[in-house]
Amino acid sequence: MKSAVVQLPGLNRDRDMIAALTKISGKAPVTVWQTETEFPDDIDLIVIPGGFSYGDYLRCGAIAARMPIMQAIKEKADKGVKVLGVCNGFQILVEAGMLPGALMRNASLKFVCKEVKLEVVNAETDFTRAYEKGQIIRCPVAHHDGNYFADAETLASMEGNGQIVFRYAEGTNPNGSLNDIAGVMNSRGNVLGMMPHPENLIEAAHGGSDGRGLFASALDVVAAAA
Amino acid sequence: MIKARVTVTLKNGVLDPQGKAIEGALGSLGFSGVGHVRQGKVFDIELDSADKAKAEADLKAMCEKLLANTVIENYTIALD
Repeated sequence: MKSAVVQLPGLNRDRDMIAALTKISGKAPVTVWQTETEFPDDIDLIVIPGGFSYGDYLRCGAIAARMPIMQAIKEKADKGVKVLGVCNGFQILVEAGMLPGALMRNASLKFVCKEVKLEVVNAETDFTRAYEKGQIIRCPVAHHDGNYFADAETLASMEGNGQIVFRYAEGTNPNGSLNDIAGVMNSRGNVLGMMPHPENLIEAAHGGSDGRGLFASALDVVAAAA
Repeated sequence: MIKARVTVTLKNGVLDPQGKAIEGALGSLGFSGVGHVRQGKVFDIELDSADKAKAEADLKAMCEKLLANTVIENYTIALD
């Protein structure tokens, strides 16, 4: 199993993501710069970490989503390679059209940096097998534009297809997201985007390890399939 | 040279928290009778071309590809 972390100017959670992937898989991910046009052939998981790519100019993730590396990510995703976007990574995936909907300014208009509760809505994905359906986990969030929007028809079809993977639970929706949506995947089930930062809750030093299951799922399934 | 103005606005039905905040601020500044306020973006773009039809086609492509997120936004193009 081999993972890759995408790097773009302005992303600042790449080191946290590299640390999480390294600690959980025992193997450091390769890093791939935005102007590159391909990934190693044997890559199983591509992660776009959080941050503020291109200063959040125009719209969060909008400029990053048009960089050369995104075409390579789309090609890998079309072949079934898993893609995870966290925070700005999620914004980039929706801007690139790889996930439905859009992420808008938080309803409070404030940057939120705190811990929320997440409900694992779909535990039968390659990213959530380590959890149980309905399980409530802790997870930090830190964003200004995490207010998930999709039109009613799209939303209904996503709900019906099990594409809603995480919801903010117990009244902790920090941004006004429709249906308390915190994380969604594509219809094929190999691209996941989420606003919360599971990579920041993986060990005792973080104050908990609720986020570990996500990486264990994404990396373990690959091992079993190999 | 052609000068163009592209205006990007939120689609109807998309919540606009910033517009709401501005609406509230206008009220608190004493401006009465202010209805809904929606915030948008304006891009002034200069094009090295004299061909208006090509400019319009290019601007449309720019809107679709980058300037607007058509999931939540509409755009209009005006040429000088």
